[in-house]
Amino acid sequence: MSADQFIQYLVDGLSKGSIYGLVGLGFTIIYAVTRIINFAQGEFVMLAGMLSFLLAITHGLPLPLAAIISILAAAATGGIMYLLAIRTARRASVVSLIIITIGAAIFIRGIAGEQLGKDAIRPPYFTGKEPITFLDANIHPQDLWIIGNTIAVTILIHLFLSRTMIGKALTASAVNPRAESLMGINIKAMALFAFIFAATIGGIGGVVMAPRTMMAYNMGVLVGLKGFIAASIGGFSSPVAAVIGGMILGIVESLAVGVDWGPFTSSYKDVIAISVLLLILLIRSGKLAEEERTG
Amino acid sequence: MLAKALRKWPYLIIAALLALLILAPFDWFLGQYRTLMIFIGLSTMVTVGLCLLLGYTGQVSLGQAAFYGLGAYFSAVLSKNYYINPWLAMLIAAMATVTFAYVIGYPIFRLRGNYLAMATLGIGIIMWILFRQLSQFTGGPDGMTGIPFLSIGGFAFESSFRRYFLVWGFCLAVLLISQNIVNSRTGRALRAIHGSEAAAESIGINVAQFKVKIFVLSAVFASLAGSLFVHHLRFVSPQPFDFFASVKLVVMAVIGGLASVWGAIFGAGATRILSDELLLRFGEWDVVIYGAILMLVMIFMPEGLFVKLKDIVGQVRSRFERRGAES
Repeated sequence: MSADQFIQYLVDGLSKGSIYGLVGLGFTIIYAVTRIINFAQGEFVMLAGMLSFLLAITHGLPLPLAAIISILAAAATGGIMYLLAIRTARRASVVSLIIITIGAAIFIRGIAGEQLGKDAIRPPYFTGKEPITFLDANIHPQDLWIIGNTIAVTILIHLFLSRTMIGKALTASAVNPRAESLMGINIKAMALFAFIFAATIGGIGGVVMAPRTMMAYNMGVLVGLKGFIAASIGGFSSPVAAVIGGMILGIVESLAVGVDWGPFTSSYKDVIAISVLLLILLIRSGKLAEEERTG
Repeated sequence: MLAKALRKWPYLIIAALLALLILAPFDWFLGQYRTLMIFIGLSTMVTVGLCLLLGYTGQVSLGQAAFYGLGAYFSAVLSKNYYINPWLAMLIAAMATVTFAYVIGYPIFRLRGNYLAMATLGIGIIMWILFRQLSQFTGGPDGMTGIPFLSIGGFAFESSFRRYFLVWGFCLAVLLISQNIVNSRTGRALRAIHGSEAAAESIGINVAQFKVKIFVLSAVFASLAGSLFVHHLRFVSPQPFDFFASVKLVVMAVIGGLASVWGAIFGAGATRILSDELLLRFGEWDVVIYGAILMLVMIFMPEGLFVKLKDIVGQVRSRFERRGAES
């Protein structure tokens, strides 16, 4: 692999990893506040990505407007999902909650498939597709949008969580919900906020990534799984860690595609990503079991 | 009179179900739905395993379709490409699935709850990718055709009428085995694990071992169903074993009542009829309806739809009995 190829794969990996990171960030926030793993996390990405195509191409809205509406729609879906499905299932077991969020995931996927179409679609690039040459490597401008967007979002979220009142409340409810409710903070409102927040971030990811990767109604599962892997690499500890986890996963995947594997083709990249997950889970299984007991 | 009949209802219902099962495939009765009923039988076999795992033991598997696929592909490849006797192929398939489930079972059942769910989901997706990608064996995304029928001596299961009895024979055997397990020492151990793993451990139950055992058993049921599936259809492709197939199995288990062996027939039947017959006429809204069912059932009746219905019947029955006693 030559140097320019390496840079190309690296940028490609960072670009893909950015999305995994944003999805993983959503997982981390919801898990921190509610101890729920939201299996519908990838569907927010899919929904916003597909909506942005529908609004921009089919209905001819200007791209920025289409993007904003799509993100708001994803955010609303997250909020509605919490209010209708999660909050009504009070004191549900972990298994019940898993099944409920999976139900929500295929519910969203089914509606998207019926209403937005079953073909893979690609919204327009933000700023054309003329590659930018950097150290002999050709870089797709949309990749720069994706990576730049993720860095910006991560910094904003970090500032939001550490500097604002509501952000601090969110962090506190992750650490000790009981103590927090004694301090007069509404835990349920925090949970609702976490879902809307995570869905918004997923939506942003979907809108930015859709022009590069294309979008189809059934993409949510895999995107969600990759996001979960990102969050696991980050140890579900902080939003920034999840984004870094996503970047690592993206680069591993991308380099795995770049290396010549002989009889194995690049279609095995998902197998590699999932193997990474299994490996991490098994290495950390002792600690995870502890966490489930106490958390 | 009615009260007396209702008191005996378990036996009456079982007798009626058996009669229905035997008479259903005849042309003058429900013969036109024979294929549907064969698929219900196959789905029931897989669902029962999932019920044992999910309902009784409280462990999630979101990759159960992978075992169904393993059975299907092993049977298909061995019997078609290597001309191995289909029964032997079925046995090899089951043994291969046991080995696989055992090998992955021990490490992944150190995980719990969410992490276990994600791990099984991941394994399911890996298997699905392998079914698609190992095209020199599996025929890739297009699948493979021309898989032989099962036969005993000169008696080949070449009509759907014969295969109906073959599949339901297997299915009833699986149901009876499961029923026995549930009512045995093992069944009580599983319920104890579901209640509290720490408590189960403290009274000497080897939690890890029981979880893996029941996982392997559920995998075998799925593998057998997969083998029967390919010898019925004589065609196999990766599509019936994808993530959505695994979710559909969870839907069947949830409708059937998670901790109910016989409810599995109800769950598999309702889901199959919904997707294969009813929804074909209204477009593909089945995915949306499955999603809604999963959410509604788990929110309002986490013990499962079938079990809830059984409770309601029980209440009606006791009301009848009280009225009978008063008069």
